[in-house]
Amino acid sequence: MSLALIAALPFLGALLPGLMIRAGKNACALVTGSVTALALLMLGLNAPAVLRGEVVQTRIEWIPSLGLNANFFLDGLGLLFAGLILGIGLLIILYARFYLAKSDPMGQFYTYLMLFQGAMVGIVLSDNILLLLVFWELTSLSSFLLIGYWKHLPEGRQGARMALTVTGGGGLAMIAGMLILGNIVGSYDLSVILENKEAIQSSDWYLPALILILLGAFTKSAQFPFHFWLPHAMAAPTPVSAYLHSATMVKAGLFLMARMWPVLSGTPEWFYIVATTGLITMVMAAKIALFKDDLKALLAFSTVSHLGLITMLLGFGTPAAATVAVFHIINHATFKAALFMSAGIVDHEAHTRDLKRLGGLRTLMPITFTIVTIASLSMAGIPPLNGFLSKELMLESASQTAWMANPWLLGVLATIGALFSVAYSFRFIAHAFLGPVREDYPSKPHDPGFGLWAAPALLAGLVILIGLMPMLTASWLVNAAASAVTGEVVAVKITHWHGLYAPALWMSLAAIGGGLLLMGLHPRLMALWNATPRPDAKRIFDGMVEPFAALAGRIANTLHDGALTRYIAIGTLAIAAVSYYAFDTGSHAVGTRDLMPVHPVPALGWLALVLATVAIVIYHRQRLLTLVLVGIVGLMVSVSFAYFSAPDLALTQISVEVATIILMLLALNFLPKATPMESSPVRRTWDGAIAVIAGVGIAALAYALMTRDQAFNPISEYHITNSKPGGGGTNIVNVILVDFRGYDTFGEIIVLGIAALVIFALTEALLRAGPANDRLLAWRPDQRRAGDRHPMMLVVATRVMLPIALMVGVFIFLRGHNEPGGGFIAGLIVAIALIMQYMASGFAWTAARQKVDYHALIAMGVLIAAATGIGAWFNGLPFLTSAFGYVTIWPLEEFELATALLFDIGVFLTVLGAVMLALASLSRIGLRAGETVNVQPFDIDPSEGRTLNSGEVR
Amino acid sequence: MEALVASAIGMMTAAGVYLMLRQRTFPVIVGLTLLTYAVNVFLFTSGRLATNMPAIYGEGAPGYSDPLPQALVLTAIVISFGMTAVIVMMALGAFLESGHDKVDMNDDDAPVDGGQK
Repeated sequence: MSLALIAALPFLGALLPGLMIRAGKNACALVTGSVTALALLMLGLNAPAVLRGEVVQTRIEWIPSLGLNANFFLDGLGLLFAGLILGIGLLIILYARFYLAKSDPMGQFYTYLMLFQGAMVGIVLSDNILLLLVFWELTSLSSFLLIGYWKHLPEGRQGARMALTVTGGGGLAMIAGMLILGNIVGSYDLSVILENKEAIQSSDWYLPALILILLGAFTKSAQFPFHFWLPHAMAAPTPVSAYLHSATMVKAGLFLMARMWPVLSGTPEWFYIVATTGLITMVMAAKIALFKDDLKALLAFSTVSHLGLITMLLGFGTPAAATVAVFHIINHATFKAALFMSAGIVDHEAHTRDLKRLGGLRTLMPITFTIVTIASLSMAGIPPLNGFLSKELMLESASQTAWMANPWLLGVLATIGALFSVAYSFRFIAHAFLGPVREDYPSKPHDPGFGLWAAPALLAGLVILIGLMPMLTASWLVNAAASAVTGEVVAVKITHWHGLYAPALWMSLAAIGGGLLLMGLHPRLMALWNATPRPDAKRIFDGMVEPFAALAGRIANTLHDGALTRYIAIGTLAIAAVSYYAFDTGSHAVGTRDLMPVHPVPALGWLALVLATVAIVIYHRQRLLTLVLVGIVGLMVSVSFAYFSAPDLALTQISVEVATIILMLLALNFLPKATPMESSPVRRTWDGAIAVIAGVGIAALAYALMTRDQAFNPISEYHITNSKPGGGGTNIVNVILVDFRGYDTFGEIIVLGIAALVIFALTEALLRAGPANDRLLAWRPDQRRAGDRHPMMLVVATRVMLPIALMVGVFIFLRGHNEPGGGFIAGLIVAIALIMQYMASGFAWTAARQKVDYHALIAMGVLIAAATGIGAWFNGLPFLTSAFGYVTIWPLEEFELATALLFDIGVFLTVLGAVMLALASLSRIGLRAGETVNVQPFDIDPSEGRTLNSGEVR
Repeated sequence: MEALVASAIGMMTAAGVYLMLRQRTFPVIVGLTLLTYAVNVFLFTSGRLATNMPAIYGEGAPGYSDPLPQALVLTAIVISFGMTAVIVMMALGAFLESGHDKVDMNDDDAPVDGGQK
């Protein structure tokens, strides 16, 4: 369970920032951070077992028939990555708290960040490749939100789109590859797949699967030729860049290659595809990084280069190289995250991150300078820092590997990559921090507060610690992770000195010397770089994507041009066409069920319904008349429910009918009373034809359905048999609602409550200052008003009826479990009884005498229903399991008490609250439109012979 | 009887669709209401028709009508009430905001360049 919880915690945590932001930014960051810290702690509790070599597992069957299970496992590799994701995530949360400006919506930022964190943790803990794919796509989506966080910046939006297109597209390819893999092995569980190396590599489908999976990994990890999205994603706020592009998202591709390493690697295909891609990426991106003036662009290309380095190491296919790859993943995460955060600090303080406008920051920002120097030197591979250790090992591996039988090519190219790496690292330090202090910074730079530099400083500390004592601080983690990758027990030996005859030493020296030389030649090289034409990745990408976007736009604008009538016509015709195709290709046997005889009274009801329906179509321009006719149709539908043995439906339909018509009448008060004739005869004929097609189709379908028996045995028999013994009620429909399908009903009352709240919110929006409010204030009644708005007869009659109606409501409610009735119907009846009071004496007058908060009513209803459901947990039963018993209280007869009754109270309260809130909202609009509030309950008092309410108040 | 019920469903559907194809909010809402009736009755009939056989336990009951579609339709009725209430409110709001009750967007309402870049 705990592994699933670690993956779930960030997702749960994503819900909190939106709430906590109201308590202030510190509280928001603190709560978000503590969720991550908790997940990290739980990971830590599992760490000892993993370091002992065990594999921690959590298995939850989800859809076993599809092979989709929520299985998680934690081995050394998972531990390394989950630790990086959560640990650096924690630092980023701290950093972002101080980095984001006042105007940035911080709650939103943390929500996106936690979503992303959860998706990443999910990837590295998944033991099921389908589950892994789900999380994989989630990282693409959540990183899209994060990269485009500054919505007002076009670069942010474009960068986010590009990242989504490239990584999402790669993800699609990977889905195909994973499915092939699962098909070869016959299981989608990673732990099973990892044990089937021979079966996979001997399969004809090995190469397609490999290429498809690598497409996913290469796009995610920004490998050539898909590297171009990463620099454009730098439009994101720096905390995002630091998190996504140093430690997490781009490492997901590496993780996948490492995860699949045992079964996919070791073949020539793997070597030439992966190692070559990594090599090209490493050298090319390092070269570009040298010529970038934007600090973040420099770091972006440097990231691409280092990702290429790790990819290349994984591509070598030897356990030793894979071990180095794991070690460099740790080192790169520490120094690169520190550098990104430092670049953010420079940007934050100096308001620019353009190297041409910087320089001389050393004395102005000494703390930042120290951090950057440590991290950059590590990136350059200068001893004794951690970057040096893994770079040496990398050069060692490269020098020992032959490419196409060429023993020195890899070594030379790797040295050239390292050389560029030295050059751009030194350039970062020299051009930003060294040199004379300038006068023309956009803003006077100085070191930021502790909150902002704490996170990079901690990482810089790690850079030194791992660099000085690699065996103490990192070897255990490298061993655990590398053992998991290679499937062999790895005991790594990391030293600073490999001896005078180690080729890596001379390659390193060459790289550092050459790097310094390049640094010195930089101005001249820069001029040369600027003079050479280069392909612009963004233009190429846009050129490829634009035609598709334009095509999609054309299709969407044709079908969805903002005309509701067009959508309805297209939708109806499409459904009709598909249905006709099904009908045409199916069999047309006549139904064999016995038909029911037609009696005269039901036939009259049918006639009333049909006539009213036809009349609605003819007279629909007269809106009040239409409502009356709709009432007739509704009444006939209710009566037919009663006739066809559905008393509950009849009761519900008729009470809903009343409430609906009242609501529509109230709305009609403010709407035009007639519909103008607008459409041409051709249009009306065309619409009529569509309507007839729909009507004939559905009538035929209904007839065909009713005249034959069910194709399969329905499950209704179970409900009929178990209603009394299992649910304790004799009204089967009610028992289904509150017991068998209680969960549905629970969801339904929530929907109803939300609908009422939407109405309330809409009203709030209308009553705010704006055109709607102006229109209401200037509103003049377009109908003649009645002489007495609150007739005494109606007032007296409704007063008399109120207690009776309430009693009927209670009665209907109580008997609901056994006879027709229940919470829904009772709620509607009580609502109607109250609405009648409002109609008689006006809303404001009545509301003043009946102070119920409808919001609270809805909330209470939902909470009571939920509490009833949760109550079952205390008896060790699933949510909403009902219990019932029989009690006798003198002088009553024995009666039944069921928890379902409590649940039904929740239903009752929600329905009542929702109907009343909708009505109250309409009344508020009426008051704004100048309706007066009466002082007396009715207008004319015959006993005094005078008109009351002369002093009405607005 | 089955033919009568089926034809009633068809009539209500046809009238509902026709009204939903009108250009003002009020007929569209009325059309939706009619369509709701039709759909609810249609779902109800999937339990087949039966008279004098309510799904309530009783001594010597000849049998029970299918309770499952009834329970489903009951929730459908209540949900469609909520939905109708919301769109009535939206129609009212749209009318008050814009001063007309047309459902189709004009060219003036459409975004100029078809959305953001």
